[in-house]
Amino acid sequence: METLIEILYLIFVSPFAEMVAYPDLFFQGIWDGFVSGTLYGLIALGFVLIFKASGVFNFSQPILVVLAALSLVSFYKMGIPAWISVILVLVMFYVLAFLIERLILRKLVNQDGNILFMSTIGLTFLIIGSAQWIFGGRPSAMITDELGLPNGSLEWPMFGGGVYFEMIDISAAVIASIMIVILALFFSKTKIGRGLRAVADDHQAALSVGISLNQIWVIVWFVAGVVALVTGIFWGARSDVSFALQIIGFKALPVLIIGGFTSVPGAIIGGLIIGLGEKVFEIYWGPLLGSGVEGWFAYIIALIFLLFRPQGLFGDKIIERV
Amino acid sequence: MFYRETGQFKSKYKEELAAFPLFEDKIGVGILLLLAYVAIPIFGIPGLSYEFTLSAIMIPVVIFTITTLGLNILLGFAGQISLGTGAFMGVGAYSCYKFMTIFPDLNILICVILSGLVTAFVGMLFGLPSLRIKGFYLMVATLAAQFFLEWAFIRIPWLYNYNNSGGIEGPNKEMFGIIISGPQSDATTRYLVCLTFLVLLTWLASNVIRGRIGRSWMMIRDMDIAAELIGVRPLTAKLSAFAFSSFYVGISGALMVFFWLGAAEVESFDINHSFTYLFMVIIGGLGSITGCYMGAILVWVIPVLIKEIGKTSFGYDAFVMENLSIILLGFMIVVILIVEPHGLARLWQIAKQKLRMWPFPY
Amino acid sequence: MGNIDQNVMMEVKNINLRFGGVIAIQDVSFDILEGEIRAIIGPNGAGKSSMLNVINGFYHPQEGEIWYRGEKRPSMEPYEIAKTGIARTFQNIALFKGMTTIENVMTGRQLKMNKNFFWQMIRYGPAIEEEVEHRRRCEEIIDFLEINHIRKTPVGALPYGLQKRVELARALAMDPTLLLLDEPMAGMNVEEKQDMSRFIVDVNEEFGTTIALIEHDMAVVMDLADRVVVLDYGKLLADGTPNEVQKNQAVIDAYLGVPH
Repeated sequence: METLIEILYLIFVSPFAEMVAYPDLFFQGIWDGFVSGTLYGLIALGFVLIFKASGVFNFSQPILVVLAALSLVSFYKMGIPAWISVILVLVMFYVLAFLIERLILRKLVNQDGNILFMSTIGLTFLIIGSAQWIFGGRPSAMITDELGLPNGSLEWPMFGGGVYFEMIDISAAVIASIMIVILALFFSKTKIGRGLRAVADDHQAALSVGISLNQIWVIVWFVAGVVALVTGIFWGARSDVSFALQIIGFKALPVLIIGGFTSVPGAIIGGLIIGLGEKVFEIYWGPLLGSGVEGWFAYIIALIFLLFRPQGLFGDKIIERV
Repeated sequence: MFYRETGQFKSKYKEELAAFPLFEDKIGVGILLLLAYVAIPIFGIPGLSYEFTLSAIMIPVVIFTITTLGLNILLGFAGQISLGTGAFMGVGAYSCYKFMTIFPDLNILICVILSGLVTAFVGMLFGLPSLRIKGFYLMVATLAAQFFLEWAFIRIPWLYNYNNSGGIEGPNKEMFGIIISGPQSDATTRYLVCLTFLVLLTWLASNVIRGRIGRSWMMIRDMDIAAELIGVRPLTAKLSAFAFSSFYVGISGALMVFFWLGAAEVESFDINHSFTYLFMVIIGGLGSITGCYMGAILVWVIPVLIKEIGKTSFGYDAFVMENLSIILLGFMIVVILIVEPHGLARLWQIAKQKLRMWPFPY
Repeated sequence: MGNIDQNVMMEVKNINLRFGGVIAIQDVSFDILEGEIRAIIGPNGAGKSSMLNVINGFYHPQEGEIWYRGEKRPSMEPYEIAKTGIARTFQNIALFKGMTTIENVMTGRQLKMNKNFFWQMIRYGPAIEEEVEHRRRCEEIIDFLEINHIRKTPVGALPYGLQKRVELARALAMDPTLLLLDEPMAGMNVEEKQDMSRFIVDVNEEFGTTIALIEHDMAVVMDLADRVVVLDYGKLLADGTPNEVQKNQAVIDAYLGVPH
């Protein structure tokens, strides 16, 4: 009985007491969660982009993040200046998008969504094998200084303690936000964006009004690559550049569940919910379970969410018909 | 010419409902069983060393065929996607380890079956979301199972009896005075145990999928709304598929650790393994039992052979060969999806159909 | 026509069905007598399919009652309603595409089979006997509907008209007391329609199955149906024998369109 009360206390009382007692720690957690949330949201946006334009659930998005970060660092280590390395990576992604469209997607047009999805798992393995072979698998540091990204941190004294804002995190949040805005505008305002939405609704119909499917697919895969590069740089700076980044990339999947597969604002808000939720849980409830809960808690948030809103945050309730 | 159904008339429904209605098929299966049970344990495979044949090819192929059967029941027959297969094998392995250490006198084969049952229960638990969500949403839910279980295998030391290595290891286990598992056991014995599991489990699976329960799975897979209106209860159908499938996966996990690897850590159950099993199912063919065998053989054997040949004949280092085999795996999956999304089993079926008609094209 | 006795099999009372703000069915009541062929007609979007979906429990109406065989039916899940002897076919064919014709028909027997998992696993003794027994009944239905030649063909590969027939076979395999047919003749040519009409009449007369059907082809409805319900914009417009309905001014207006 007493242990039960103690457990209930540990779950329901002491975490909140701690939040109030050390507000600086709490705000630090919120900030960290916010930064990872924007990055999750950005990766999720890469998924949404491809899903909207081609109905492909692109499982290789996480590995694209790894590939981007890894190739960038490797090019730099070969003696190529940092900014030229960035351009090289972009060129590489364009070629990759072209090849993927030409060699895989074009041959699977009009196939069932599951088959397209599985082909992207195959693609994931192709990329893992090749990237590891060419660039090696050893973790390395991101070249943040060389790219001109700020370092150091700002301290904001608060509640008797202080909250630290790493400069790199600030720039991550700023750049991710800018990218999100650009992508949202790109989707709703430009001609290509409208084409994308037409393609998503109906491949055949889009073809018949003169939209080039192939071109659009190359573009979205390239844009997904750009998104991957941005996330790769910032996440590489927060941890290391290694294949472990793939696991972080997977976190975009629960984000999609919350936000919906086709919603741009959904991806962003979902990202923030996941980022904040898992950070706060990790700090205050994680110790009860032993550490490392960050690995799966995002998925649990998504599952709990689904129990109450199976259609996601921005989805309409689906009326099934027969 | 040799493969005809002409002249083989069935006068009873029972005969038609048999597993292999054609006489030729019966012979074929008999030959395969003889090869697997007698020829390989005695002679091995020509051109390969005996030890290599059993430990690096036959035992893993047999075990992974069981895994593939399990995953195919879920994905191919019941249409519920899962990316947590690796972790569910872990559930089988860790629970088998617990049974072995808590009840040291319990026969290991019973431990294996019990661990299958435990996995079935855990699988059912993680299958619960399937009642509300489907497709890609469900897939993400199974990722939750994968990552949560991986975490549990590390963070719950009770599972590995608080030992320092963090892994699990099987002691020698006897049955009828023969050591059948553990470091001192003989590869041939372990192979025969696994093979027997495979044969029995294949038989059970083929029975279930042809009967009432199997049909309810396929109904849910093909059109869940119609299935429900005809009287299939989605709860029962989906959860039974998760349970039955996980039972297979759990058994294969227990076999993998205690009849093949000897010891294991959490890395043996990670998400990339889950993908590999998914590949076996897809390459072999969704919704086909024969396909499970083909998929497991192809996906396992080709990389192993490439590595072996690369190492012994060309002297490539392991790193290169490892990556080459990953690339090859990805390549195979893309090619098979483009050529025949229903996998090798469908190609085999088409070939058989042609053979039936031969020498006439139609 | 038909072997109608005057017992009411089903009565739907004051059904209201809404999806959010959209009203699909508004205060509709009618009954189905035992042994009759009851047609539900109306322009597109009149709420006919929704009505069938209410009858077999796929939609739950916000208001209204359904009385079935003299008892008020509580709110039930579709699979429970299937157990009470209501079978149906679908407007857009809902066959199990990965299965063959015979397997599809066998799914109709699903509810009548009950051997447990253990017997299913070894597929011996009771399980195989049960399988054979139900297979026999399915073969009878397949004979009855003249689809023997496609018994082992995967249904996805069949032409539209045959798929409709397989779907009817699947519904019949449930030995229903009430059979709901949602546009059984949509998209068929004249010959196929004649065949299908013949089967529907045969089912009604030989098995004594009560049938409720939705159909657009007026000639077919007038020939087949004992009584007709007309829906329009989710409301009941008319109810009566084909002749009565045909003369009803409201019905004529709804079909030909009058300035409101």
